Amino acid sequence: MTDMLTIEIDGRACEAAPGEMIIAVADREGISIPRFCYHKKLSIAANCRMCLVEAEQGGRPFPKPVPACATPVGPGMKVLTRSPKAIEAQQGTMEFLLINHPLDCPICDQGGECELQDVAMGYGGDQSRYTEGKRVVMDGDLGPLIATEMTRCIHCTRCVRFGAEIAGLRELGATGRGEDVRIGTFVAHTLAHELSGNIIDLCPVGALTSKPYRFTARAWELTDAPAIAPHDGVGANLQLHVRRGQVMRVHPQDNEAVNESWIADRDRFSYVGLNGADRLTEPLVKRDGAWVAVEWTEALALVAQRLKAADPATTGWLLAPNATLEEMYLAQGLARALGCANIDHRLRQRDFRGDAADPRLPWLGLPIAELPAQRSVLLIGSDIRQEQPLLAHRLRQAVLAGGSLALVNPYRLDLTHPADQLAGGPAGMLDDLAAIAKASGDAGSGALKAIIARAAPTAEHQAVADSLKSAGANGAGLILLGALAAAHPDYSLLKALAYRIATAAGCKVGYLPAAANSVGAYVAGALPQVQPGGRPADPVGLPVAEILGAPHRTLVLWGLEPAYDLGNPARAMEALAQADFVVAAGAFRCPSLESVAQVLLPIGAFAETSGTFVNGSGTWQSFQGAVAPPGAARPGWKVLRVLGNLLDLKGFEYLDTAAIRTELAALCGDARPDNRPAADFDAAPVGLGEGLIRIGNVPTYALDALVRRSPPLQRTPTMGTFGAYVNAAQAADLGLAADAAVVVSQQGAAVHTRVLIDERVPPGCVRIPAGVPGSESLGDQIAPVSIRREE
Amino acid sequence: MSFRNDPLAVVHDRDKSTLLTPALRAAIDAHAAKYPAQWRQSAVMPALTLVQDSNGGWLSRELMDEVAAYLDMPAVAVYEVASFYGMYDLAPTAAHKVCICNSISCLLNGSEDLIHHVEHRYQVKPGETTADGRFTFKEVECLGACRDAPAVLIDQTYHEKLSAETLDRLIEGLQ
Repeated sequence: MTDMLTIEIDGRACEAAPGEMIIAVADREGISIPRFCYHKKLSIAANCRMCLVEAEQGGRPFPKPVPACATPVGPGMKVLTRSPKAIEAQQGTMEFLLINHPLDCPICDQGGECELQDVAMGYGGDQSRYTEGKRVVMDGDLGPLIATEMTRCIHCTRCVRFGAEIAGLRELGATGRGEDVRIGTFVAHTLAHELSGNIIDLCPVGALTSKPYRFTARAWELTDAPAIAPHDGVGANLQLHVRRGQVMRVHPQDNEAVNESWIADRDRFSYVGLNGADRLTEPLVKRDGAWVAVEWTEALALVAQRLKAADPATTGWLLAPNATLEEMYLAQGLARALGCANIDHRLRQRDFRGDAADPRLPWLGLPIAELPAQRSVLLIGSDIRQEQPLLAHRLRQAVLAGGSLALVNPYRLDLTHPADQLAGGPAGMLDDLAAIAKASGDAGSGALKAIIARAAPTAEHQAVADSLKSAGANGAGLILLGALAAAHPDYSLLKALAYRIATAAGCKVGYLPAAANSVGAYVAGALPQVQPGGRPADPVGLPVAEILGAPHRTLVLWGLEPAYDLGNPARAMEALAQADFVVAAGAFRCPSLESVAQVLLPIGAFAETSGTFVNGSGTWQSFQGAVAPPGAARPGWKVLRVLGNLLDLKGFEYLDTAAIRTELAALCGDARPDNRPAADFDAAPVGLGEGLIRIGNVPTYALDALVRRSPPLQRTPTMGTFGAYVNAAQAADLGLAADAAVVVSQQGAAVHTRVLIDERVPPGCVRIPAGVPGSESLGDQIAPVSIRREE
Repeated sequence: MSFRNDPLAVVHDRDKSTLLTPALRAAIDAHAAKYPAQWRQSAVMPALTLVQDSNGGWLSRELMDEVAAYLDMPAVAVYEVASFYGMYDLAPTAAHKVCICNSISCLLNGSEDLIHHVEHRYQVKPGETTADGRFTFKEVECLGACRDAPAVLIDQTYHEKLSAETLDRLIEGLQ
């Protein structure tokens, strides 16, 4: 670095960049300065006054103590953090802060880990000179995640600044003045943001605490265990707090390259599901229609015998995309050793015509930390805030830094920043992309030629194309494909168009990972056309749609619930019901599994197994189990290892996950994630079919079995309710009123639900969420449906 | 929050031409034009004053929400401003407001006696309206008229160097 200057803090010479604040330099040097309102990720408020220090510059002392958080360094500056003058100032501030603080530490959840408590130990008096009455603040209800005790608030405004600057949704504010100032929503309402839980960590006192954790443990009873979030493709670094073999709560661990200081509410509160009543705790075998608990040896012997006897051509393995890298590697190894290449983890994908052209190791296309530096991003088919809360935050940073974001989606999103939203329904996605391709000067080839020739770019398409081009010229253009694109019946066409636009505009292409280990699945070879290390497979097996398309098979389900985790639950349940033998390994009991499986194997869930997730950036993040799985449940990799032994397969002698990981890493060699297609994508459009088109989005708290079992998350407004969402004009067209009871029929199945008005859904479409109770018997996520009023 | 970045702007899902009244919108626009486009919300104080005056002296939640929507700002940011400053009232008031300064200079020159006098004579506590609805009594922070303390603001007019008798005469004159 150039232009560094040297300042002196407490007699120590410190390097500092011009414009840096004293407190940032001190933090880097490990010199502690007390503070409440300062946070490295938030703007500077300088309102708590706790960080007052004595300073002089160029031999001239500042006339009074200065706040270290708001005083920039200068040449020749000398700072004294522990001089009598500084300490007197700090003690004075502390005394004022404690005047209205209730000092109810014994009954406060923050007690023992409270910044105010810690600083008061160092700077507070042992007696208060304040004898008047203290103020009391009535609490508001912020919803099922955050408990409030606003009398304890010291008005640092970190939570308010978090809302304005990070979440982009200003729900909390400081109303009133002087002694009457209070932090709250002013008008009572629940916080509705997917990152809202971070204000629990930001709060330096016990005013904002975790509601699910409240009054369940004390800080000093807990032990820490590092972990990786098992939901989205960010792989947020976590710290689990464990007591007596139970995860009591989850905190973030700072990692600038991955999650900065934040985690999504999904990562923070999903642990509640671990302690649910429907955990699978012993191996179960179905005998005469009834579930019987058996020993592991018996269950595994049965599974081994049935797998060995099964015809590999009609056997299929389906793995949840948040299974660990080791589980995926062992599972595909087992399957392939038995001669079965029908293995897949792309549970919600519908169109597999692009498999041959797909990149062998697809990823986000760039490190997560580089997202904010993109100047123009085109997002295709992603409800980004619901699917990838932390990546949505990074993209918001890109927009705030002057970048532009365009979205081609089936429906409009609520975003917290400006964006160009093209939301013309699932069919409109193809038209919009073709128009953008044409506007960027691409003529297409093969089947695309006609589609692009037909397109009529508007000024909006032209603007998107121009912005991608100018950003692409500087290497800062990006096109991302999300989960709603993967569920599209013409996914190969969307990919083809994305690559055409990327080539024409000089942009990168990236895939938003559907789940924690979606990138890892390619590394481990958990799909029909890819072997471990991202090498092409031979023979090529069947993808998930065909595994479930033809009945009478032996099926292995790993960590998934067929009624909720598959793109077409109705057809999946039908295929599974017709199969000869279904073995399911999972952490939870679930009616849909119990109705179709013959054997249930209990495996460890999040926090209960060691393993590795590969995140969107292609970073391998390994973790250890923090608690033991309940009952007889065992980590998944051990189950697969023993199964391998029972099948007399070579090489299944691993002693731990590190050994498996080392073997896989050796297979990968120096293969790096790469989004260049293996061949040209070319496919004729299959179209959507006639009539009203269902858009089946997966709400953020329906992503996997664990979040679906976290009651606090399920109660948040972010989760929404199940129903048929249409815009008002469409409802009138269908002759339906808001809240009318209706029957939705799709591919032969019918469900009863209600009409909900949502102007973000385009004409000709109805948004009916997938992966949530009520959607089990419906078909494909994006397909025609009919709606009629209930008689 | 920080003045280094533009403030958080929120686009409300409301048609601006239906908010407030055309006259109020024009008056607010005249104030907003004084600031850079991304600092449009800097006009929130004059906007609230205009809206309060046109609403008989107080601001309802709905009106604050309309100001927020009109200035593209978070509703809670408008509540913060309106609840901070003494000149905004968030509950219905009488047609007249009698505001006695309670800050240091006025206090030293007897404003506390004025406050007690009004409390007794008109049976009204600070923040309340008299039983006959003649005026709303407020205790306010420094009016900036220290030279001629004690000062009292009655509606839009400053009255200085007041005693209980002169204040009574002013109050008697209120219709």
